[in-house]
Amino acid sequence: MGMSFLLRRLSYGLLLMLGVVVLNFFLIRLAPGDPAVVIAGDMGGATEEILESIREEYGLNKPVLTQLWIYISGVAQGDLGDSFFFNQPVAKLIGERISPTILLVITAQLLSIMLGVVLGVLAARKPNGVMSAFVSVFSTIGYAVPVFWTGIMLIILFASTFPVFPVEGMQSIKLRNAGFFTQALDIAHHLVLPAFTLAIIYLAQYARLSRASMLEVLSSDYIRTARAKGASEGTVLFKHALRNAALPILTVAGLQFGNLISGALLVETVFNWPGMGRLAFDSILRRDYPTIMGVLFFASMMVVVANLITDISYRWADPRLRGRT
Amino acid sequence: MKLMTRLLGAVAISASSLTAVPAFAEGGTLVIATTQAPRHLNGAVQSGIATGVPSAQIFASPLRYDENWEPQPYLAESWEMAADGMSLTLNLVAGATFHDGKPVTSEDVAFSIMATKENHPFKSMFAPVEAIETPDAQTAIIRLSQPHPALLLALSPALAPIMPKHIYGDGQDIKSHPANSTPIGSGPFMLDEFKAGELVALKKNPDFFIEGRPKLDEILIRIIKDPSALLIAMENSDADMYPFMAGSQEIRRLEKAEHLEITDEGYAGIGPINWLAFNTKSEKLSDVRVRQAIAYAVDRDFVTKALHRGVSQQQRGPIIESSPYFTDAIAPYDVDLDKANALMADAGFGDGMDLTIDYIPGPKEQQQSIAEYLKSQFKKIGINLTVRAAPDFPTWAGRVGGHDFELTMDIVFNWGDPVIGVHRTYLCSNIRKGVIWSNTQQYCNEKVDELLNAAAVELDTDKRAALYKEFQEIIGQDVPLYTINALPYHTAYDKKLKNVPTGIWGTMHPMDTVEWSE
Repeated sequence: MGMSFLLRRLSYGLLLMLGVVVLNFFLIRLAPGDPAVVIAGDMGGATEEILESIREEYGLNKPVLTQLWIYISGVAQGDLGDSFFFNQPVAKLIGERISPTILLVITAQLLSIMLGVVLGVLAARKPNGVMSAFVSVFSTIGYAVPVFWTGIMLIILFASTFPVFPVEGMQSIKLRNAGFFTQALDIAHHLVLPAFTLAIIYLAQYARLSRASMLEVLSSDYIRTARAKGASEGTVLFKHALRNAALPILTVAGLQFGNLISGALLVETVFNWPGMGRLAFDSILRRDYPTIMGVLFFASMMVVVANLITDISYRWADPRLRGRT
Repeated sequence: MKLMTRLLGAVAISASSLTAVPAFAEGGTLVIATTQAPRHLNGAVQSGIATGVPSAQIFASPLRYDENWEPQPYLAESWEMAADGMSLTLNLVAGATFHDGKPVTSEDVAFSIMATKENHPFKSMFAPVEAIETPDAQTAIIRLSQPHPALLLALSPALAPIMPKHIYGDGQDIKSHPANSTPIGSGPFMLDEFKAGELVALKKNPDFFIEGRPKLDEILIRIIKDPSALLIAMENSDADMYPFMAGSQEIRRLEKAEHLEITDEGYAGIGPINWLAFNTKSEKLSDVRVRQAIAYAVDRDFVTKALHRGVSQQQRGPIIESSPYFTDAIAPYDVDLDKANALMADAGFGDGMDLTIDYIPGPKEQQQSIAEYLKSQFKKIGINLTVRAAPDFPTWAGRVGGHDFELTMDIVFNWGDPVIGVHRTYLCSNIRKGVIWSNTQQYCNEKVDELLNAAAVELDTDKRAALYKEFQEIIGQDVPLYTINALPYHTAYDKKLKNVPTGIWGTMHPMDTVEWSE
């Protein structure tokens, strides 16, 4: 894995980011509605003078290409601009919300991979067994059910029938001044339902994928050899088979990261999780261009970084790829 | 699998035990839940309830109002209106300080009122204020260009926050001043944390100028965008108060919670009206007979009793019925389909017509549901009504502000005095294309302008009421819009809370007397 590989991947990533910024800039402006009118509406109405001063203040009266140039120049210098709505730096708004989103996405990713792989391996052991049938049915259902529907069902279940888990927010507000350990537990408690909701669709995919992958690997000659040599079932499954079967899972995990973030947008909205997804959703309704652009920029960056990490780990896991650029 | 189950179980058990911990001591924290996110916290340059509630806690104002529309001392311990109505003298309380320890002086009052005049969207509030003299640190004399009966009400916490001149007077544009998100006021609570779109945390001002207040240590305003999640928070006591609740399902549901009290008091000053507006410049709707026919077809009783499940009240005119200036002499337009059909025929539309109605997306029960009900109701008078949805507020505001509509549902607040919240909808001079909640109906009647302008300077309450009575009667005849109901705002709160604000401004009033009982 050479430096040239890394540089090449990074430059692809930068180009991609530039494309994302330009495309988003124009797409957002295609939506009907004037941000100044939204701000004025929120103010309770306004005169033409106030409307004009809002447009002047946020540069909305400048030509679109000038606005694009100002925005790209700002981004290049690390300035994502100020939110039209909150009149605060977009970077600050995102900074307050990126940790909850990362916590949700990473937890869901780990949960789905770990549970999915375990289910897949167990199913692959006996392809015609009960577990295999369960994984197939569960995968089909899990993959077919929309993430927001799962969230709503869980809210209904846990709001009234079994009030064990909190159904909204990330923290009990009355514990905001409690100690670190209490707050960490509180956050973990709030994380259970949104993380499970987000994980379930991918869990189903990983279970199905690892089952298929393991079935293929388990029929290989070297597995038969390992068994003939008297290796235990655990050693065969997890040491010999899983490492090879994990390659496609790793690839899919990287590619799915973007989907996971877009899923997080819905889950955050359903569970009132204070992350970037909810900020994006609210900002779209408010025509808060800089905030929408900032969230999309960060989300794209996370996807680019995730894909880069996938590329690197793929090469780490498969020595045959290390010589290639 | 077992390990994972145990881990999840451990987290669940540990965390669920947290809920058993007494959340706060009596007299400590009040959690207010709301669906509305404030842009910032300075009500001097921003109207609306989202900013109004925290702003009224952070900033003190010259006066405050009780539930009988009577002004009460606040930063001004006394006041005197000149006999000719051309000036108001405010005598400020001694010893009031801002949260940074600097004293509140008449300079701050003068600066704040002039800044509000320049920057607040309600231009009529302080339009007649010409100058403010400050003969000494405790006296401010407001000089007017004409008598201004709405002035005292405009000095309420919701409308006239007194800002520290030493912070806001630094030359920056006040509308976008950074201190709007980190405000310093002289109110009962100080800002602890403002997380945009999520939380406003306010803590007790230990040096508040009214001795023994505030009672609470902390007010946390939590923004929960999803109404269902908000209801669950109220039911589970994760939140203690939910003001500005308008959905009948929400109200009926929270009524069942034993620990909660529900009241519809506290909204008289806001005066929220739900109405059907006409584009009077539209070819089909320029004929008053068509507008009257439509008015005769709308059944307010059905809307309030069936669609709103009895939680809302009918509204018969442009001034909220709880206002002293409302008159019941206005044409009621009780449902009369025969009369409506006759009017349509007289106007030359006996064969019917096509119309389109818009509505504000969001408050479904108040807007979309009524628009859909009107579709079936209008068929009875030969109108084929198309309900045009807008994906979001900006789209709707663009259409209505740009006069690109025929009929629209709308929600507009009276804001206490008709000069502040009513005149803007009817004055010819306020037909402003592109400006939402101006006179978007493009209705213009010289007699109405004359009456409103006279009422704006009339200090005698009875004479003023007579002027508004005549205005309302004309509006009843001309029907530039048809008022349907008052928004059924309710406040749900924990029964253990005492002195919940139920005055004319509700929670947009300093909550310095609110406290927890045993």
